Amino acid sequence: MTEPTAVAGEDSAVISTQGLTKRYRGGQLAVEALDLSVPRGSVFGFLGPNGSGKTTTIRMLLGLIEPTGGTARLLGEPMPEAVRRVLPRVGALIEGPALYGFLSGRENLLRYDAADPTADPRTRAARVDRALERVGLSAAARKKARAYSLGMKQRLGLAAALLQPRELLVLDEPTNGLDPQGMREIRSLVRELAGDGITVFLSSHLLDEIEQVCTHTAVMHRGRLVVQGTVAEMAAGARGRLAVTTPDPVEAARVLKEQGVSDLVTDGEELSGDPPPGDLAELNAALVRADVRVRAFGLRRASLEDVFVSLTGEGFDVAG
Amino acid sequence: MSQAEAAGPVHGERARTAPRAVSPLWSLGLFRSELLITFRRWRTLALLAVLAAVPVLVGIAVKIETSDGGTVGGGGGEGPAFISQITNNGLFLVFTSLAATLPFFLPMAVGVVAGDSVAGEAGAGTLRYLLVAPAGRTRLLLAKLTAVLTFCLAATLTVAMAALVTGALLFPTGEVTLLSGTTVSFGEGLLRALAIAAAVALSLLGLAALGVFVSTLTNSGIAAMAATVGLLITVQIVNSIPQLDGVHPFLFPNYWLSFADLLRDPVYWDDLLKNLGLQALYTAVFGSAAWARFNNRDVTA
Repeated sequence: MTEPTAVAGEDSAVISTQGLTKRYRGGQLAVEALDLSVPRGSVFGFLGPNGSGKTTTIRMLLGLIEPTGGTARLLGEPMPEAVRRVLPRVGALIEGPALYGFLSGRENLLRYDAADPTADPRTRAARVDRALERVGLSAAARKKARAYSLGMKQRLGLAAALLQPRELLVLDEPTNGLDPQGMREIRSLVRELAGDGITVFLSSHLLDEIEQVCTHTAVMHRGRLVVQGTVAEMAAGARGRLAVTTPDPVEAARVLKEQGVSDLVTDGEELSGDPPPGDLAELNAALVRADVRVRAFGLRRASLEDVFVSLTGEGFDVAG
Repeated sequence: MSQAEAAGPVHGERARTAPRAVSPLWSLGLFRSELLITFRRWRTLALLAVLAAVPVLVGIAVKIETSDGGTVGGGGGEGPAFISQITNNGLFLVFTSLAATLPFFLPMAVGVVAGDSVAGEAGAGTLRYLLVAPAGRTRLLLAKLTAVLTFCLAATLTVAMAALVTGALLFPTGEVTLLSGTTVSFGEGLLRALAIAAAVALSLLGLAALGVFVSTLTNSGIAAMAATVGLLITVQIVNSIPQLDGVHPFLFPNYWLSFADLLRDPVYWDDLLKNLGLQALYTAVFGSAAWARFNNRDVTA
């Protein structure tokens, strides 16, 4: 998708970058020639192992870091030049929450809201209270932030991102360090916000998180964009693995190999392998003709992890 | 979830087209918030408490030493300026305390607050959230400078008020004999004390700007505080070495004690004005340096 004009039209991308590059002073290339396009209304999963350049990209998008090359547009306007016009319409959680420990949760939000020159002081208290309510922190609003648990801090960070009506939420690793219950809460909140029509740009190193929450995704690896598209396309792009359960594994393996199944793995009564192109029914017929008793036969759906491994040839835990 | 929330602050599609009417006055919210944050920190309050304790201790010490009718110091040694006059007039405790705290206590407190101003926010990570709010780098730096300058004034007034109260309680007050021998009314003495407090507060501006500049160089509040206070000590040492008197007119503490000239009749303006000029120069130079640095800096913390 290309971004021809600066007008924030209905169909234009909410985030678009062209050749976005950041080389740190030490010469280390953190982000290289990134062409990213985030459609309006999507929940966009920005995926990559720790150290793959996700956070540097987000900081460039938000005007915290100056790119060394390329351009970035947020809501159709150039960054970092349009910081003051654009950022009031963007809520952000960057690398975890940061709070004033000696202030209460509510006072923290009042402070952040006061920093926004477009925030009306007359509605400040009401907006802060609504944001607290939205993330379920009303009861703890008057507690000092230093006494908050990590989950509560994360939620307060989200509340700060929700102080004003937003068009875009940029959430960098919003579930990092949370327990499973906390993760579920954050994810359901993200779905809810997306339901309100807000575009959500969510970075994560957790594949299943992206699969559960996102409509679109882009994969970063060692500072480069490996692929981007809808989650459905991605999973469809990588072919699933054939899985056969049979009490006759040895005979089955022979037949499947004859039929062109590669990378065959036998684990007790279960066999799996990459099927050849063509109709899988032929494989099943061949098994039956060879008197192989089949208990189960099917294609295991490819996960994003399979996509990632096939794209990079590496496990996901490897940092760039 | 519920309808109450649908009417809440978050409604992306509708918000997109509705332009917000923004008052330029709303920009001032950050300045107010900055002052609130500065004076709500325990560290700030502790610094002010220590500063307030100095005149009380000096006053009590003088009272005890002179309770047998003797003079301060018993004739030997010398204390801070004006200390021998305190027993005659409590108002002199204000001058003594300012003279005693100006070389180190006051600037150290200013160095701590100024050094922490930007670096402390960076270290805590709150800087990135202020900037995406978006506070605006210039506006945030101006708010920080304003808060630090306000602290200079607050710290000076704390010393002066504590000294005035202690002096009035422990010693007689009345007509004030100036350094030039003229006697003025207590009212005019008070006015001159106020002018002196203002001169002392203004004397701290150069260091405050220097501290804010140092603060933009690092992500560690402690490092910035230590560097600023270290600079202050170094400069004070250089300023006391007579062989280096060639550079003395350019050092920010060089004319600090000129505030005593306000106790002459007529007031001797020469050094007072030189001091103000020097502080203005330091504020301009380091204020611009801080701005240049802060505006071009990658915020990675």
